[in-house]
Amino acid sequence: MALRRGNIVRNIDWVAIALFVVLTVCGWFTVCGASYSFDQPDLFDFATRSGKQLVWIGCAYVLGFVIMMLDHKAYEGMAAYVYVAVTALLLVTIFAAHEIKGSRSWLSLGPVNVQPAEFAKFATSLMLAKVMGAYSYNIGRWRDLAQALLVIFLPVALIVMQSETGSALVFFSLFIMLYREGLPGAVPFTGVAMVVYFIVGIKYDQTMMAGGATSVGTFAVLSLIIVFTLSMMRMYVKKEKLLKAASIVCVAVPLAAVAVSVWVVPFNVNHVMVGLVAALAVLGVYRWVVSGVRNAVYVSLFALLSVVFIFSSSYMFHNVLQDHQRVRIEVLLGMKEDPSGAGYNVNQSKIAIGSGGFTGKGFLNGTQTKLKYVPEQDTDFIFCTVGEEQGFVGAAGVLLIYLFFILRLLWLAERQTTAFARIYGYCVASIFLFHVFVNVGMVLGLVPVIGIPLPFFSYGGSSLWGFTVLLFIFLRLDAGRG
Amino acid sequence: MASDTRYSNRRYVIAGIAIVVVVVYVIRLFSLQIATDDYKRNADSNAFLKRTVYPARGNIYDRNGEMLVYNQPTYDVLFVSNEIESLDTLDLCATLNITRAEFDAIMSRVKDRRRNRGYSPYTQQLLLAQLSPEEAANFQEKLYKFRGFYIRRRSIRQYTSPNAAHVLGDIGEISQPELDRDTTGYYVRGDFIGKQGIERYYEQQLRGVKGVEVLLRDSRGRIRGRYMDGAFDQPAIPGHDLTLGLDARLQQLGERLMQGKMGSIVAIEPSTGEILCLVSSPSYDPSIMVGRGRGKSHLALERDKTKPLFNRAIMAAYPPGSTFKPAQGLIFLQEGITTPETLYPCHGGFLFAGMRLGCHGHPSPINFQNSLSTSCNAYYCWGLMRMLENKKYEDIEESMTRWKDYMVAMGFGYRLGIDLPGEKRGLIPNYEYYKSILGPRWRALNVISIAIGQGEILCTPLQIANQAATIANRGRYIVPHVVKAVRDVEIDEAYRTWHHTGIDAKYYDIAVKGMRGAVVGSDYGATCRRANIPGLEICGKTGTAQNSGTDHSIFMGFAPMDDARIAISVYVENGGFGATWAVPIGALMIEQYLNDSIAAERLPLVEQIESTNLIPANYGS
Repeated sequence: MALRRGNIVRNIDWVAIALFVVLTVCGWFTVCGASYSFDQPDLFDFATRSGKQLVWIGCAYVLGFVIMMLDHKAYEGMAAYVYVAVTALLLVTIFAAHEIKGSRSWLSLGPVNVQPAEFAKFATSLMLAKVMGAYSYNIGRWRDLAQALLVIFLPVALIVMQSETGSALVFFSLFIMLYREGLPGAVPFTGVAMVVYFIVGIKYDQTMMAGGATSVGTFAVLSLIIVFTLSMMRMYVKKEKLLKAASIVCVAVPLAAVAVSVWVVPFNVNHVMVGLVAALAVLGVYRWVVSGVRNAVYVSLFALLSVVFIFSSSYMFHNVLQDHQRVRIEVLLGMKEDPSGAGYNVNQSKIAIGSGGFTGKGFLNGTQTKLKYVPEQDTDFIFCTVGEEQGFVGAAGVLLIYLFFILRLLWLAERQTTAFARIYGYCVASIFLFHVFVNVGMVLGLVPVIGIPLPFFSYGGSSLWGFTVLLFIFLRLDAGRG
Repeated sequence: MASDTRYSNRRYVIAGIAIVVVVVYVIRLFSLQIATDDYKRNADSNAFLKRTVYPARGNIYDRNGEMLVYNQPTYDVLFVSNEIESLDTLDLCATLNITRAEFDAIMSRVKDRRRNRGYSPYTQQLLLAQLSPEEAANFQEKLYKFRGFYIRRRSIRQYTSPNAAHVLGDIGEISQPELDRDTTGYYVRGDFIGKQGIERYYEQQLRGVKGVEVLLRDSRGRIRGRYMDGAFDQPAIPGHDLTLGLDARLQQLGERLMQGKMGSIVAIEPSTGEILCLVSSPSYDPSIMVGRGRGKSHLALERDKTKPLFNRAIMAAYPPGSTFKPAQGLIFLQEGITTPETLYPCHGGFLFAGMRLGCHGHPSPINFQNSLSTSCNAYYCWGLMRMLENKKYEDIEESMTRWKDYMVAMGFGYRLGIDLPGEKRGLIPNYEYYKSILGPRWRALNVISIAIGQGEILCTPLQIANQAATIANRGRYIVPHVVKAVRDVEIDEAYRTWHHTGIDAKYYDIAVKGMRGAVVGSDYGATCRRANIPGLEICGKTGTAQNSGTDHSIFMGFAPMDDARIAISVYVENGGFGATWAVPIGALMIEQYLNDSIAAERLPLVEQIESTNLIPANYGS
């Protein structure tokens, strides 16, 4: 027993622990600045948010210590139970939660409110690690992949039903782990391509070209689909003799169509473009049938899915999305200016950060955050306070600490000797990366406003404990590696 | 089961993504925080409310320390457009006692950025200025109903008496041209600025310096205290108090005596150049120019045909008539054209080469001293002719230039430089002037009427009073000025410097004797016996300025004869001969100043003058 404990202490990654402590301490000071009130200047008063956060942080440290005390093999053993329990809790929450700001994700447990979605992250990660860490698991098999996706999307569905879309999106970050575990690169590429289609398609939807009947957005997206499809054919279908001819056709036909539309009869060139994509898809199927190249079918599938996506996303955007969601996207894409409405948060957030200058205004001297110009400034928009009070130096410093932290987690994950620990480690790193990417990006006005917390900074016990458990289970697994 | 190395290179892709994200965000931070100041300025206008603290304007006192102008609190109504919510416009208008149309007009004017460059929907803008304490109290009571409206305390000017409007002047809201002229950027729309009189001339000294309070305003527009406990506040610096040379009681008597008459009285203390009184009639009560009624009052005064806004004492230029004679005679003596004993003939006037300029009957021939006492015209015509055509000068250009230079040295022909806006210079013609009218070959006879202060000569009442002071001083003067002292600041050096006329004091002694003779009588006659008040040693000279209607009545004098304490000029437009109105008014003014009261036997005279109306009912129409 004593020997084992000595082993643990020696094997613990103290660098990660130190980064954790640094982040929580910086986080506490930032919460002080963000929630500082003229009426209650005492930072340690437990009635204030800074006082409460101090308690949460203390609890988190205890929690971390307890997790380090448990046997690392226990986590693999209880993964399934935890997952089932949390899933059940999520289900209960949908019905038992009272509504806060339009979402039903908070459970009242006596004096404290907890958000089960925060705990779904580590539960899902554990479960994924267990499922995918099995010796016989092969991600290349449809059945096995479907298993993993089921584990991911079950909590996602439940969280979406709680109207907590932001937290649900976090689970998509697990695709980073899937990618590491062998998911074909084409899948994440397709995901990124869809985002690009969406942005380009929506932003330039109303701009017309070539005689006035063709939408620039759709045309650009279809052009991209053709370019991607041809590139994929070149990569995955090695012996395509018709590729050169197809490429020439794909350049010449759109040019001719545009020319006709401009100088002869204006018509919607995009019809021609859709035809081209369809022709490429037919080519892929033909290659499969004739030459038996299976990859060709996937390329065809990609091309057709892309076309379906672009038209359905346009339909979704205009007909399914609610007004406020549409406006949010339009503001982010710079299609609309609305500093008092949907753009208010981001605009004020940029003002607060921008006013910090190089070295910031100093601890508790931020005027924008203190005077409540930035909504949610001690939770989702807490990075503003860093930017305003600590300036470029502090904000860039915090970002670099996060970067160092995430890289450290990736490095730790890679050194694991078991697939379970490695997969779990990648889940942890992916989740942290996603949170930092979305939260800071939102505050800087680069990513749509999605309400998810900044790990270890945002005020609140649930998220802090959720992240602590997520991290410390991994550190425990790491410390116990063989 | 063991570590899967097939895809382990993909960790570099993942790490690369993390690094790219952070690098992009750091670049974004750089562009927000360091590359531009816009956000900082935006933040400041968000969070800081810079509230102007208006300084107290300096008070104004008369020479005896009696307060003339002071400050009284008044209230401005301000609004912040962005904060206005569910406004009951009708209720607001009713409370402020304005019509809906007026309210809309003010709002659109304030919001028009072309006319109001300082407009911002986030800052306080002026809706109405200068509510009385009662009006403000009404509004204050209902203020809770009008979100986005504020009340601000200011002070306005109060006058202790209805006198001296032209000297004191007034303040009013700054106009667009005045804003454009303000290169220092001190003023903003809605500020008050001196419009007339010393309020305008001493604006810089009186106004003080505005201060600023930096307040913190939260996202709902509520004030949450002072930024850094007031470390960046600048207190307002109050304006300097002014002490005038004016004697309030003398001024009051002057305005009483000028009731119903157009004209002016200017009195100067010869030893200092301080103006003891400056009356321009008709006048008005300066307190009508205070507050929101200023515009209407100003318009009414502007439309008045008798021009009450026109400060005749310094802006009106009349022919000086016989009051010009001492100056003429002194030049002849100094230039050696005449001696004190030189006699010129006068048989009912100046007769030469078929030319005749009339005079009244008196013994002949006559010297300088007696010619002043009896106001002989011929003496000065002879003198001027002898001077202009004297062989000691090369030509008439030289003699005329010499004459003009003396006149200028005596303070004629140019602005004296009084510390009031709008002073006129009058006119002393020079050689070139006549050359352009009469051609190069003009002679003294062509211009002989200037010898007796008629013709082209024009002087302001101030210049005549200064002439009296110069004679009393025996040849020197200090530029007349209204302000005797500015608290904590020395007055302009120009008001402490002696100017010399270049004429010997001994000649002035003769002029003084002549002017004394005009009062007490001489063998040759006297023109202002009515100014002979026993014990005061008044010296005087009458004048009558020819006018298209009834002539203007003029008196110039000083007292006592030696070490004079007061020099005065009185102009009564359409007053007839100088002796008729100007002389008694001047004498009473001197008596008041020297004795500090009017003797009982002359009180009926005061009342008689006061009740005389010389302005025709149909004047100007």
